[in-house]
Amino acid sequence: MPQSPPALVTFWNSSIGKKIVVALTGLVLVFFLIAHLSGNLLIFVGQKAFNDYAYFLHHLLHGAGVWIARVVLLTSLVLHVVATVQLTIKNRASRTAYQKEATQRASKSSRIMIWSGFTVLAFIIYHLLHFTARLGPYSSFNDLTVTRPDGSTSLDAYQMVINGFSSLPAVIFYVIAISLLCSHLSHGVASIFQTLGLSTSKTRPLYKKLALIYSAVIWVGFLSIPIAIYFFRLGQA
Amino acid sequence: MNLTLKVWRQKNANDPGQLETYQAKEIPSEASFLEMLDIVNNQILEQGQDPIHFDHDCREGICGMCSLNINGIPHSKEQGITTCQVHMRKFSDGDTIWIEPFRAKAFPIVKDLVVDRSSFDRIIQAGGYIDVRTGSAPDANSVPISKEVADAAFDAATCIGCGACVAACKNASAMLFVSAKASHLNQLPQGAPEKEARVIGMVEQMDEEGFGNCTNHFECEAVCPKSISADNIAKLNRDYLLAKAKQSVSS
Repeated sequence: MPQSPPALVTFWNSSIGKKIVVALTGLVLVFFLIAHLSGNLLIFVGQKAFNDYAYFLHHLLHGAGVWIARVVLLTSLVLHVVATVQLTIKNRASRTAYQKEATQRASKSSRIMIWSGFTVLAFIIYHLLHFTARLGPYSSFNDLTVTRPDGSTSLDAYQMVINGFSSLPAVIFYVIAISLLCSHLSHGVASIFQTLGLSTSKTRPLYKKLALIYSAVIWVGFLSIPIAIYFFRLGQA
Repeated sequence: MNLTLKVWRQKNANDPGQLETYQAKEIPSEASFLEMLDIVNNQILEQGQDPIHFDHDCREGICGMCSLNINGIPHSKEQGITTCQVHMRKFSDGDTIWIEPFRAKAFPIVKDLVVDRSSFDRIIQAGGYIDVRTGSAPDANSVPISKEVADAAFDAATCIGCGACVAACKNASAMLFVSAKASHLNQLPQGAPEKEARVIGMVEQMDEEGFGNCTNHFECEAVCPKSISADNIAKLNRDYLLAKAKQSVSS
């Protein structure tokens, strides 16, 4: 009898298995966004609080913490993107087009998931080059430093954000990307429950509402920062 | 009633096919949708042309044979009924009606509006049954089943396998059909012993047939003539995950 491939391989190759991977990796990213937002909002507390928080993240577990987080997030992101692209290719191949199309229940957000996803992916790459790798035009960020109470110097993350959002194109791209991210989340968060088999017709409206509230919080929270900096001169003398 | 029909005509599986326009004249409003097509076909036959081919059988909403996408929606926009239960009084005089076959790669067109849905049969063969010792019929009520379970299993069992869920899905996914068939048997004591093999077998066959993946649009639920709930899809997702987990530690 021929040896069948391991269950993990057939799981990944199956439609439901791949969707469960999308749901679980999406869940990791959903929790990350809330943590990321909570940290970012410290910008409204002030320069010291924000820089202390950045210093704390970079020195958590003697500097290992930030790398553990990076590996987990990058793995989740790659699996999420690879699985959704493969699923979308299969979906497109399965459908033949109607001359007369009609939609009854599918929301707009649910139908543009792949495009909102790609925009967010492009944004994440740009965002990492901007604030994490500080490459190209952003290499000047490396010169922004503050002196810590113990006499050592560390990056002035606060000033990096202020400078970063003093450019109108950066603010516009940020607003577009965050808005599409929230469209993505409004469908994605509710779908996590359905794909993991946790929803019923009784709880489905609740999860839908939860997804909308979550997306609204993310939208308002993340957009408040560039708006405050560019239009209300936060952190600028 | 006088209507304009835009009907998909396709000679065979290899023909590209196209929409053709027909005038349906003096259609009684009490006629069913399929009777309207019968009247139009009579007119076409009188002119010595090839009538419009479409699937039908019981014409009372129980066999799952009729199909048709009516104005872009499988079984029309009326909720919880099949095409054969749609009546012309739901339309207005002078309407233009688009009539297309159920479309999916896994449902190849045979001719005009007739599609081959035998991919569904192969999914059933992959696990949508129970193995029983055939012999004398068991005593009725010898296997106790709670009211809740019996109701939920019956709701799933009302699926007539028409394929409207696939036709409505933006991804041509068969998840509502497969989940209804699996959930019907999985919940009952007669089907429970083979639950894991059933779920894995049916899902693998579904993928092999070339159906798409569920992206939680819930279009299937909206068009299902038996109003089967997408709760069954959540259940199938969960059952598949658990079955694969068990398979990975036991094999």
